[in-house]
Amino acid sequence: MNQSNQTQHRWGMAIDSDRCTGCQACVAACHAENNLPLSDAESAARGRAVHWIRVDRYYEGEFPDIRVKYMPVLCQHCDEAPCEPVCPVYATYKNPEGLNVQVYNRCVGTRYCANNCPYSVRFFNWFDPVWPSPLDLQHNPDVSIRMAGVMEKCTFCIQRINRAEREAKEEKRPLADGEVQPACVQSCPAEAMVFGDLNDPESKVSRLAESGRSTRLLEELGTQPKVFYLQRAT
Amino acid sequence: MAIASKVMPYDEVRRDLWRPLSGASSRYIVVLVLLSAVALWGLVAWGYQLYRGIGVAGIRRPVFWGFYLVNFVFWIGISHAGTLISAILRLTDAGWRKPVTRAAEAITVFALMIGGMFPIIHLGRAWLFFWLFPYPNSRLLWPNFRSPLLWDVTAISTYLTGSIIYLFLPLIPDVAQLSTHAAGWRRLLYRTLSLGWTGSDREWHALERAMKLMAGIILAVAVSVHTVVAWDFSMSVAPMWHSSIFGPYFVVGAIFSGIAALLVVMSIIRKTMHLEKYLTPHHFNNLAKLLLLMSLLWLYFTVAENLTAWYGNEPKEMSVFGARVRGNFAPYFWIMVFCNFAVPFVLLGIRRLRSILTATIASVTVLIGMWLERFLIIIPTLSFGRLPAAWGHYAPTWVEISISVATFAVMGVLYLVFSKLFPIVSVWEFEPHSEAEE
Repeated sequence: MNQSNQTQHRWGMAIDSDRCTGCQACVAACHAENNLPLSDAESAARGRAVHWIRVDRYYEGEFPDIRVKYMPVLCQHCDEAPCEPVCPVYATYKNPEGLNVQVYNRCVGTRYCANNCPYSVRFFNWFDPVWPSPLDLQHNPDVSIRMAGVMEKCTFCIQRINRAEREAKEEKRPLADGEVQPACVQSCPAEAMVFGDLNDPESKVSRLAESGRSTRLLEELGTQPKVFYLQRAT
Repeated sequence: MAIASKVMPYDEVRRDLWRPLSGASSRYIVVLVLLSAVALWGLVAWGYQLYRGIGVAGIRRPVFWGFYLVNFVFWIGISHAGTLISAILRLTDAGWRKPVTRAAEAITVFALMIGGMFPIIHLGRAWLFFWLFPYPNSRLLWPNFRSPLLWDVTAISTYLTGSIIYLFLPLIPDVAQLSTHAAGWRRLLYRTLSLGWTGSDREWHALERAMKLMAGIILAVAVSVHTVVAWDFSMSVAPMWHSSIFGPYFVVGAIFSGIAALLVVMSIIRKTMHLEKYLTPHHFNNLAKLLLLMSLLWLYFTVAENLTAWYGNEPKEMSVFGARVRGNFAPYFWIMVFCNFAVPFVLLGIRRLRSILTATIASVTVLIGMWLERFLIIIPTLSFGRLPAAWGHYAPTWVEISISVATFAVMGVLYLVFSKLFPIVSVWEFEPHSEAEE
């Protein structure tokens, strides 16, 4: 809250896997917000489905004492992103606010970034996207449609971040914590997801990231992801 | 020693080696038409892919790289035929190399042309491939030189340029001789290519120095090229790719498959172009021994790679390793070991069995084995990534298979045309006085 407009943001997310019910509302919300291409059963079976966020399931214990743990996995916006240096045309890079962004117009489709992403959260446009009517009429005007042959992935809803920052600037006030919410966070009925500025030590996401329950996915690879998973330490 | 030059007068050598240049047998025409048809079919498949989108290929998430990159590594490997034979043997003054160098150098150039096409075929937006080149543009955009793919572009374009020069240099005295005997468009072609060669002492001296220099350069470039190709994989964080052995492993594999390709091509042109007097059992014997040596080296690297992964027992690596040696990729793995080690070891290791025929058979199995090796390096790692939730299996479609098969036909067409235009065995090197030049 004690931020001026000049301060650089560093966006991050905390996901409480003890709260997540695996309802997939985040997946649906992301589809609607970001104009994700749809796929039919056949193309999904061929590994062509696009979900910028997916819910991985982990089973703990032996039957019948089984516990399912859900883990929504999206682009981790790594500080040391393995996808970035391998792109030959700088189509993916780190923007000043710490977001790992994808420049669709620049992408030529080598797919090297996707191979080098240990989280498998990058998705390729194998064909031009199609939406069966009337879904073609509900596109989000703030998000561009991606053409065949380019890579895409979670943007932390950069369009929402940009809009909020613009509005705050016009009103000459700092962005409040929680003012920006990506579609997945907004739609989570269990309130398992929190988004915010990691540069602000008072923000909710910063405090959760500092808590003892916080871990990061595959952090042993040195990728320094900015998504924090909270779970009971057992 | 080049046997022919010792026993045959130069005029006869020249007649023999120039004979395939004129006229075309009906068999030649039939093979050319058939191969062109297959090549054309590959072009149709590629056109379809460009029109519909890369999705017509079988690649998928998480196996984003498939047959195209397997073929890329395979063909770049084949291109090492020319370099090894010709550059090493030229630098060491091995006299027996003379009749095989041009055949080998031509393989290098054509295999590089084909191999260099695959990264472009593989692109999601192939028509924008030139964005990988550092050309001046109004937006002041540079390609990313931190990306191993940029190293690839740099290395392969250097190698292609170098190997074209390396093929062209020893061709100059030959086309100069041909231009005085040919007529019509051929005369024009040969005269243009001969760059005004008159055969003066100064020219011979310059040519000899240029060839020695190029042999040294091309050797260094060849080693770096396949190392860079290996780094496409080993620079990543993917399990079983991130390995320091990949550079030398790929270079050895490349030379291995290169020699095999050369042996296959040599035994074909020996029969079809009646070069029995020039490509003798002696050459095949020497190359077969080299092939055997490379087979053992390949085995050493394969054991070193897999044993360390198995002993280390890291879960992520073990899922890839397991899939390769006892999982769903196991049949391919053991066929590869059979093709790359068992067959050459028995057929070429036992001296009694070593002949032109067995060397050719072993070479064909080595080519199959080395193709499988590239497949086994690329696909299992991608199928079994770090998060099991994202595992997935790859199967090629007719588009990928068509394009892959077509490239072999392209190789055939290029070779047929080349052998009709230029003597496939260097003629001037049989000239008595050229012996003294070396």
